[in-house]
Amino acid sequence: MPIRFRLAAQAVAVVLAIVAIALIPSTIELFAMMQLTLFAAMAVLALSLAFIWGFGGILSFGQTAFFGLGGYAYAIAAVNFQDSTPSILLAIVVPSVFAAILGYFIFFGRISDVYLGVITLTVTLILFNCVNSTSGDEYRIGKALLGGFNGMPAVPTFNVPFYPDQVLSPEQSWWVTGGALLGVFLLLRLLLSLPAGRIVVAVRENEVRASLLGYDPRKVKLLTFILSGAIAGLAGALYVNWGAFVGPTIFSLSLSAEIIIWITVGGLGTLLGPVVGCVLIEYIVAYIGSQQAMNSNLVLGAVLIVFVLLLPKGLVPTARDLLMRLVPAPGPKAQLAEERVPPSAAASHMAGAE
Amino acid sequence: MAIYLIVALDVLNGIASLFLLCLGLAIIFGMMKIINLAHGEFIMLGAYATVISANAGVNIWIAMLVVAPLFVGIVGLVIERCLIRFLYGRLVDSMLATWGLSLLIIGIVTTIYGNTQQGVPTPLGGFSIGSYQSSYYTLFLAGMAIVTMALVYGVMSYTRLGLIARATMQNPAMAATLGVNPARVYMSTFAVGAAVTGLAGGLLAPVSGITPGMGGAYVAKAFMTVVGGGAAILSGTMSAASLFGAVNQVGAYFTTPVYGEVLVFTAAIVLIRLLPQGISGRFFKGNL
Repeated sequence: MPIRFRLAAQAVAVVLAIVAIALIPSTIELFAMMQLTLFAAMAVLALSLAFIWGFGGILSFGQTAFFGLGGYAYAIAAVNFQDSTPSILLAIVVPSVFAAILGYFIFFGRISDVYLGVITLTVTLILFNCVNSTSGDEYRIGKALLGGFNGMPAVPTFNVPFYPDQVLSPEQSWWVTGGALLGVFLLLRLLLSLPAGRIVVAVRENEVRASLLGYDPRKVKLLTFILSGAIAGLAGALYVNWGAFVGPTIFSLSLSAEIIIWITVGGLGTLLGPVVGCVLIEYIVAYIGSQQAMNSNLVLGAVLIVFVLLLPKGLVPTARDLLMRLVPAPGPKAQLAEERVPPSAAASHMAGAE
Repeated sequence: MAIYLIVALDVLNGIASLFLLCLGLAIIFGMMKIINLAHGEFIMLGAYATVISANAGVNIWIAMLVVAPLFVGIVGLVIERCLIRFLYGRLVDSMLATWGLSLLIIGIVTTIYGNTQQGVPTPLGGFSIGSYQSSYYTLFLAGMAIVTMALVYGVMSYTRLGLIARATMQNPAMAATLGVNPARVYMSTFAVGAAVTGLAGGLLAPVSGITPGMGGAYVAKAFMTVVGGGAAILSGTMSAASLFGAVNQVGAYFTTPVYGEVLVFTAAIVLIRLLPQGISGRFFKGNL
């Protein structure tokens, strides 16, 4: 009986999310919708780290490496092919391959937490330095000029698959981005409910016990890492599609920090939390940017410290706990419904507030 | 011939500055197992303290050697009391909190002094070898690195304070049983680490562009040198700084400064893969 309730609640939540994504272009202004598109692309990035950190227990300080690789792979391919269909695929494949190589190195070398942090951080810096120094005509891949510090402007945005002439309108771009966010969310949710996802969590909980049960933690972690890299790469393509631009700052450490802040604020170990945290923090950053009264670093830093010290569980788990305490009797269902509030519902609240 | 001397000087300079930059982080990480991601911002604060006091008329040497470490040491003390002491034993949380701290410090300094570059003129003059120019300041930096190293070694090996510090590092519970208060040891260690970092910031102020975001360029380098060096504070940091500093300068000489950095980062990754315990975990076990 509870399982049926749970499934029903989840189905309702998914339908609500789809309706919200479908209706947003006709209900809010173009500018707000463009902003939501950016937030959705960033939320996909947030999900990639939420999965690997929250469920795989691997804190990567360099998630932007995959994000940036995805963005650059998309941009270079799109300039060369003038068609986004293979480019999006490449934006997923290139970071996955990179993650596979890097992950092999890290996990099969049995490198521990701190060192993993250092390595991912350094790799991001290497990429940043390399791409940053590629200004000049000699640095080109096919028709694509890398542009070094200035980045690559005027990257072709998404088109209808296999029809390079039919470029997506901003509304269609929103549907694609919002749909991708929902898709990735559901995919991860599904994966986590399958045995494969449970093995990932088991390895996080106790590596030795998992390996004694016959699973190879190295392999599990490597696959987690690759999947997370692929999702981050997709986020990179979505991000480039939003701005039609990619520059080396996509690899920046401050963005890496921001992803970690989203997850800390939203709640580690949930999928909804990071999405909420991402939209919330990005909204605050955009708001501060338009005000010029305060420095966004100052606010972000203060927020991160406050959350680590006072609210280490993050917003979503804390809210869930409060809800459980307030409504004791129908607790499990309320908790699940709360957990399953679709990401775009939070987004539409934001939109309504504007 | 002259060119080799100049490259040798560059290598010396690279090693000395890297060592100075990392020592504070190594003290904090080695003794407390806290990864201080606000390390770059401590350097930045030291540099700002130097520049601002020097521009206000304080003698440049006093500004570098006294004001910078004192100021950053006090800042470190306050931060330890308000933030770090709640996070002992929580490695990931301490990383997150200090990362937040680093953003906060950047934000505060940007708000006060603006996002512009500051600087002080380099003291001491230059000299020439053949047709190449170099500055005495390079030699001074190397000298300071040696002095700092000797100082830390002396304090750690020959004083009661050093004995207590080493004991707490090895076994906090045992040290506490013998009447040492680990909380106080950690507090002073963090302050001393911050002061040493401030000193490095002060010493590098004349030779670097000083902006609120300058710490970002150092923190990754310092981080990987300390991890590459391993648990031993002095021998580990010195060996890793020598390796990475030399690789950086020689790589920069043969290619471009950018690829010099790339080479260092790659060397760091390979090193961590080959020696997961760091250089000192393998070669200088039990040393300081």
